[in-house]
Amino acid sequence: MTQQLAPTLDRAYARSFVDSEIRPEADAWDRAGAIPEELLDRIADAGLWAPFLPVEIGGSGIGMVTLGEIHEEVGRGCSSVRSLLTVHTMLSWALQRFGTAAQIQQWGPALATGRTLGAFCLSEPGAGSDTAAITTTAVPHKGGWLLNGLKKWTTNGQRADLFLVFAKGPASTIALLVPSTAPGVLVNPIDDMLGTRSSMLAEIAFSDVELGPEALLGPSGFASGMVLTGTLDLGRYSVAAGSVGIIQACIDACSAYAAERRVGGTALRDLPLIQAKLSDMVTDVRAARLLLAEAGRLKDRGDAATIMATWIAKYFASTAAARHASEAVQVHGANGCSPEFPVGRFYRDAKVMEIIEGSTEIQRMTIAAEAYRKWEP
Amino acid sequence: MDTTARILAFITNRFPQAEITDTEDIFSLGYINSLFAMELVMHIEKEFTVTIPNDELRIDNFRTAKAMTELVDGLRSAVVR
Repeated sequence: MTQQLAPTLDRAYARSFVDSEIRPEADAWDRAGAIPEELLDRIADAGLWAPFLPVEIGGSGIGMVTLGEIHEEVGRGCSSVRSLLTVHTMLSWALQRFGTAAQIQQWGPALATGRTLGAFCLSEPGAGSDTAAITTTAVPHKGGWLLNGLKKWTTNGQRADLFLVFAKGPASTIALLVPSTAPGVLVNPIDDMLGTRSSMLAEIAFSDVELGPEALLGPSGFASGMVLTGTLDLGRYSVAAGSVGIIQACIDACSAYAAERRVGGTALRDLPLIQAKLSDMVTDVRAARLLLAEAGRLKDRGDAATIMATWIAKYFASTAAARHASEAVQVHGANGCSPEFPVGRFYRDAKVMEIIEGSTEIQRMTIAAEAYRKWEP
Repeated sequence: MDTTARILAFITNRFPQAEITDTEDIFSLGYINSLFAMELVMHIEKEFTVTIPNDELRIDNFRTAKAMTELVDGLRSAVVR
């Protein structure tokens, strides 16, 4: 009898999975505006939904450095798929960090395998980066909570089974675990976005949704903001990883195209201005990867410095991705504007990276505040 | 360095302009936000090898370095028992 060994979940494993299961279809999914159910199942079979969760609850217990590498590889193949991993990661991490034993027992194993998919509900029609402006409310009701409000731009909102909803509680913002099947939850798909077009965005209305006391995730007092801070930190880390993946995808596409395409008898790759673009891409992908790895190492050590390191990694990687995806289209010329090449998708997806999980402007304000705090005369 | 001194060192490292004592309310400084609260909790957990349960994440446990010291001491003695 032979015993099948579990695969090692690492970059090489993710790369192989992405090259066989994701990259060949990513453009078609982008056009269709959805990720097929079969791919979600294959991600589950591959153990990639939440491999950082502890083995005791069904995860693989991998570290954050490795998780970043996996999300980079998935982001290289398809930013929409990576964004599904991101929001699932955010909910799963928050449950593991702030959940009670009963909550972890109820939701942990299904999140670990991907039988239950998670999503993150923070933004509203009138509140994005300005989280203090959210108007969704959770009021004490029959020993539990009554949830009312409207969330927007919820990644995987069309498909997710469990939402992590942030709402104004009695004293501060609180986090609630809300099944998508709860009475009063209404999901309206959002289609035809600029980028990450197959991430199955939705607007989600909560109308008099009655929840038990066990829906509350984490503390409800002064530290409740930590649930949001910590969850967004993981989201930012994943988006930074995905942005590194986009830059790598631009390099792969441009080096292949520049080797084939000729202008006036000369291969594009031999033209100095094309070489300049490629050299900047290669340099920035290495820098972004190092910043990401540093943030991951600090997370694995439990070092508080990871919060700022992650802000910086996301800021650098997302802005570099947007810059290089634009140049990747430029390298491809008219072909780059056609659906026959993937760089148009990279360009649209990269723009989204500058907006989600803290816009570039918020990143700059936060990083500047760090500078003032550290180097005030 | 004792527990209180180590906690004060972390806070003053993050806010060099802050001149605080072990009994001074850090929230009265005016620049404590959820980002720093997260950093503070992560630091305490790592520095003193403890896990702060949800029901101990109360503002009064973090108001002063002295209160944080008592929290750490309590969690450590619970582990030892």
